[in-house]
Amino acid sequence: MPITIPPIDFRVIMPEIVITLFACLVMLLEPFLPDRRKWILPHLSSLGVFVAAYFCLPLWNSNLLLWQGQALGDNLAVIFKIIFLLGTLLTILISYLKSGHHWGGEYYSLILFSTLGMMIMASSSDLIVIFLGLEVMSIALYVLAGFNRSDLKSNESAMKYFLMGAFSTGFLLYGIALIYGTTGSTNLNILVNNPHLTEPLFITGLGLILVGLAFKVATVPFHMWVPDVYEGAPTPITAFMAAGPKAAGFAALLRVFLIGLTPLAPMWITILWILAVLTMTLGNVLAIAQMNIKRMLAYSSIAHAGYILISVVAGGDDGLSSSVFYLLVYSLMTIGSFAVIIALGEKGEKNEELPDYRGLGLKYPLLGVCMTIFMVSLSGIPPTAGFVGKFYIFSAAVKNGQLELAIIGVLNSLISVYYYLRVVVIMFMQEAPSPSVVPHSSWSVQLALWLTAMATLGLGIFPDILFKITQQSWLFTLR
Amino acid sequence: MGTIFFFVLAAVSVISAILIVAQKNAVASALYLIVTLCSQAMLYLLLGASFLAVIQIIVYAGAIMVLFLFVIMLLNLRRDEFGPDKKKIQRVLAFALGAVWLIQVVAVIKLGLSKMSLSPVTPEAALETGSVQTIGKSLFTEYLYPFEITSILLLVAILGSIVLAKKKI
Repeated sequence: MPITIPPIDFRVIMPEIVITLFACLVMLLEPFLPDRRKWILPHLSSLGVFVAAYFCLPLWNSNLLLWQGQALGDNLAVIFKIIFLLGTLLTILISYLKSGHHWGGEYYSLILFSTLGMMIMASSSDLIVIFLGLEVMSIALYVLAGFNRSDLKSNESAMKYFLMGAFSTGFLLYGIALIYGTTGSTNLNILVNNPHLTEPLFITGLGLILVGLAFKVATVPFHMWVPDVYEGAPTPITAFMAAGPKAAGFAALLRVFLIGLTPLAPMWITILWILAVLTMTLGNVLAIAQMNIKRMLAYSSIAHAGYILISVVAGGDDGLSSSVFYLLVYSLMTIGSFAVIIALGEKGEKNEELPDYRGLGLKYPLLGVCMTIFMVSLSGIPPTAGFVGKFYIFSAAVKNGQLELAIIGVLNSLISVYYYLRVVVIMFMQEAPSPSVVPHSSWSVQLALWLTAMATLGLGIFPDILFKITQQSWLFTLR
Repeated sequence: MGTIFFFVLAAVSVISAILIVAQKNAVASALYLIVTLCSQAMLYLLLGASFLAVIQIIVYAGAIMVLFLFVIMLLNLRRDEFGPDKKKIQRVLAFALGAVWLIQVVAVIKLGLSKMSLSPVTPEAALETGSVQTIGKSLFTEYLYPFEITSILLLVAILGSIVLAKKKI
């Protein structure tokens, strides 16, 4: 039986190919480099990120697709790829260690592979490919979470993440199997025309897929793993997890529910409504009680997943573009706040408890100002990007008749102001203890801090540029 | 004849699956897992999926289970190390929710299948779709992209396990 492989338009998957090549290159170079040359590896990884971003740009407005939508080159895919690459670049920047100790090539290679998984996931309308992308992303993340092998908390984090993640993947796969059983296809573009979409079997499958994806984006009640995993993982990886995989999970959620199965909206919209309310409220209320800043940011990331779910429920053009906007903004501000934690955690001392931050704002004003910008932005106060993002989400919800949800969202942001501003109060209005924390001064962490702080402020004052771009994400999306 | 085989194999696979979780001894659980996997392979054969059946035996019942048993014996777990479950309410709740889920799935499948008009597959067609040739062809045409991603997935898994297990990085 002769096999004819159909011609492939490599432009569509070029960013993925580039990232794969660089990940393999970093992995293979590692054993051949002497220790004093190991600094090449993070630089090489960053170069890979830039090259991949360069190959993303021609895809804008091109609307290409491969293998009936297994790989898509639409605008939504391009925006998500840029978000992931930005998160990866910032993670590589904040991974810099001053004290001569290197993470090693495997670390950067695994970060790049994880990014690859996210990119595959966000640019496909085939459930099998989405699943495979999710697995590539998650397996690399399980290992990264446990990268500090001598640290018991890091081990606990990796183990917990792995067990829970594998369990949730089972749900996702079972859901895909049921959907395939009902419709005979895993391609969303094809199965949306199937006459059996209202069958109980199909709905069960859809529910299982929702459980699997809700776990990845950490919505209540699938959030139990988040605080422990975020606390135990190395801080740069925690920042990476809060930005990239969350955005990738939402990308898949948008692809499956909002774009793929729009005709079935009445079925899933109530469930997502309840999830959004639960996620916001529980995330914000539990964050108040946290004294460890990484745990606090973990609960805050749960709450933010709730805000983004509002935009998914709102649906339509506005819902889609506001969720993309918010995901980008959230990546910037959350990586920024983790960069501050890293800057304070030099020399093996972790300094992750809130009392460690006493008086630091006055002693190190730049660091204090940066942290203030991120906290203000996370709580959604103008003139920061967090405010603009929340404003777009709530206005999309009001426009599409979800007034109650918008009100609940605003009330939740009010709760969140308390615990975000508490950090600022501790930093500026309390006396520093006598042997106080000395921050880290590596150039790359500083650079990441500056970039994220500037972007958070800049997008808060001039949001139009980005918003015009995100609005076009719907324009060329394949239906 | 096929129906009798099906019910016998189905009963064997379900009962051994229950025994996997009911056993206190980890080695016994692993052995029951082999029974389940083998009876599933037989079920695949009944469906005409010969390639899948062979792969199931070679990869799962063969290679993976050997590793499983190897690891269990290396860890040398004793019975008392498992300890009694402290949270009884958790167990009861898990059992109740699992039962509800089981009833739901059975009902849904029953309802769903009765409404849909599934055309019966002829044995020849089943043999055709289950053959190595057909699977190989669709792997390299229709499913080329997922196939390639799978190879990267395996690479990531290898890299990850080396990072976690190696003595000194």
